Amino acid sequence: MNEVLILGEILEGSMDPKTLELVGIGRKLAEDLGGGLSVALMGGAVSAAAEQAASVGPDHVYKVEHPLLEGFTPDLWLAALEQICKKVKPKILLMSHVPLGMELGPRLAVRLNTRLTTDCIDLSIDPADGLLLRTKPVSGGNAISVFKCPGEPQMATMRGKVFGAAEPAEKEGEIGDLVPEIDDSMIKVVSLGVVREEIVSLDKADAVVAGGAGLGDEGGFEMLSDLSRALGKTLGNVMLGCSRVAVDKGWISSDHQVGLTGSMISPDVYVAVGISGAIQHLVGMVHSKKIIAINTDKGCNMFKVADYGVVEDYEKLIPALVKRLEELS
Amino acid sequence: MTELNIIVCAKQIPDPEAPLSDVRVDGEKKEVFVDAPNVISPFDENALEAALVLQEEAGARVTVLSLGRKVSDTVLRKSLAAGADELILLQDNAFEKLDSHSVARVLADAIQRIGDCDLVLTGRQAGDWDSGQVGLMLGEILGLPCISLAREIKVEGRQVQVKKNIAGGYEQVRAALPALVTVSNEVGELRYISRTRMMKMLRKASSIPSWSSGDFVSTPDALQGMEIKELSSPPDMGRSCEFIEGATLEEKADQLVAAITSF
Ligand SMILES: Cc1cc2nc3c(=O)[nH]c(=O)nc-3n(C[C@H](O)[C@H](O)[C@H](O)COP(=O)(O)OP(=O)(O)OC[C@H]3O[C@@H](n4cnc5c(N)ncnc54)[C@H](O)[C@@H]3O)c2cc1C
Ligand SMILES: Nc1ncnc2c1ncn2[C@@H]1O[C@H](COP(=O)(O)O)[C@@H](O)[C@H]1O
Repeated sequence: MNEVLILGEILEGSMDPKTLELVGIGRKLAEDLGGGLSVALMGGAVSAAAEQAASVGPDHVYKVEHPLLEGFTPDLWLAALEQICKKVKPKILLMSHVPLGMELGPRLAVRLNTRLTTDCIDLSIDPADGLLLRTKPVSGGNAISVFKCPGEPQMATMRGKVFGAAEPAEKEGEIGDLVPEIDDSMIKVVSLGVVREEIVSLDKADAVVAGGAGLGDEGGFEMLSDLSRALGKTLGNVMLGCSRVAVDKGWISSDHQVGLTGSMISPDVYVAVGISGAIQHLVGMVHSKKIIAINTDKGCNMFKVADYGVVEDYEKLIPALVKRLEELS
Repeated sequence: MTELNIIVCAKQIPDPEAPLSDVRVDGEKKEVFVDAPNVISPFDENALEAALVLQEEAGARVTVLSLGRKVSDTVLRKSLAAGADELILLQDNAFEKLDSHSVARVLADAIQRIGDCDLVLTGRQAGDWDSGQVGLMLGEILGLPCISLAREIKVEGRQVQVKKNIAGGYEQVRAALPALVTVSNEVGELRYISRTRMMKMLRKASSIPSWSSGDFVSTPDALQGMEIKELSSPPDMGRSCEFIEGATLEEKADQLVAAITSF
């Protein structure tokens, strides 16, 4: 009944900060609807995270525990989530726009015969009919659209870091169990194992030195590594970023990609080297505190969002920068 | 070995990589106008490339499906020039600005009408509305195993093996055919198509099959358009850039280092 349900996520045993953001917006929607707010947490064992979720004041926390929910097997998570929705009958269902939500959302919307809007940056209730107004960047970020869709639950995935995290609340939510009925026979896609390449948490960087197609070849990133190291002495945690084209060329792994289909970050300093500034890249870095662009084309778009620019061939400029930084240290 | 039947879903969209100066947001018509030629949505080109690699490795018949109110066959013929065996256009006024769920339903009907299909490939998301839903919805409607964000696809016997992007690496997964896979850019860019080949394909008289709603859609009444309440330009992201101009590289480096490290 008018319930807003959030699919929470657990990160190393505790609640993912993005879930707290969902609780923030979820609470506002629940108030506007005059209904309750609940958080579902799925996994092998979720008690600790459930306590934490309860402390931010949803009305209910549903623990959805099952040995088969340990790790993320999409077919099983989908089946469990479908069952939860059929029991709870939420009016609104929110997930984060992260791989898990991006994968479960569309399939769940088909199973529940409803509609989903992805990557939303704002949500509100249309007072006329109680449906969700879903604000979402489209066309790479060239426009902002507000959608409305029929169906129940009203489903959306939310972009991270748009909303502040919910604060601890006075009233603690009630924790209850929802036991999913799932078994191995539901698995159509079998995991043969995970290969970890490199964990790149770009969102933890104080500064990012990013390279694009303008680097010309793989060696360009070695030069950028030298610059990162040299900057590290003053700027703290400096990481390598890149544009999609650099990934396409095979110069660097996709975990370094900044932008709409990569990471969205706002470090203290972002140095864009040989990146033209396509909208899909800009949306991922334009909120950086200080933006530096190095590009041979004075007319390129990156300069329009930069604080400082140098029109220069990076192969000449970067070594000079490294040399200068080393002189200073 | 019997040949694989692969279906690639490819959407025609205004060039998402057009310079920003060529993009105009019309709040009244609720449309984004781009002053540049239409293209095949980039991730769909990646999906086509993945299909063509399988065609070479395992032997496959590649059929491209494209849906819209009106689909330009000059844009989509590029898929034939690249090596697809067949292109089918799904065109009808009723297909204008359908929502993702409805697009998936129509594509599912088309695939069911085609009949033989071992593997359906879509892009991870279309570059116009950035929705990222149709592929998985389509797989779910067809009751197929669904795999998302493929960076590599291999077929062995009646199994598809995929390297699927996950944070910090990839997961190797396997499913029985028929299956649906959404494709990410890591599979590689669409192969180079020479100008002569492209021109030849454009001039070729062969007509491209075009199906309208009445030909194959099972539940035309269930189709729904997107309801857009508002469309606006995003807040201005521009800053005023201070260009660093030194006489020598050393001077530029000196000034830039000062700019970077001052707070
Ligand atoms: C749906 C969708 C999602 C996308 N998601 C992303 C995303 O998440 N992230 C992303 O980055 N892109 C994304 N893209 C791609 C995006 O549209 C652009 O194609 C891409 O960002 C361009 O990369 P680039 O700037 O490196 O290459 P280019 O646009 O080719 O720019 C290269 C630049 O290097 C400069 N240059 C050349 N030589 C030198 C030199 N010697 N020294 C200095 N500068 C030089 C050139 O002047 C030019 O400005 C997406 C596209 C779509 C359609
Ligand atoms: N009109 C269409 N015609 C053909 N394929 C489509 C269409 N719309 C979406 N798709 C496919 O579904 C993928 C995801 O689209 P979307 O959910 O709209 O972002 C695209 O990359 C295409 O492969």
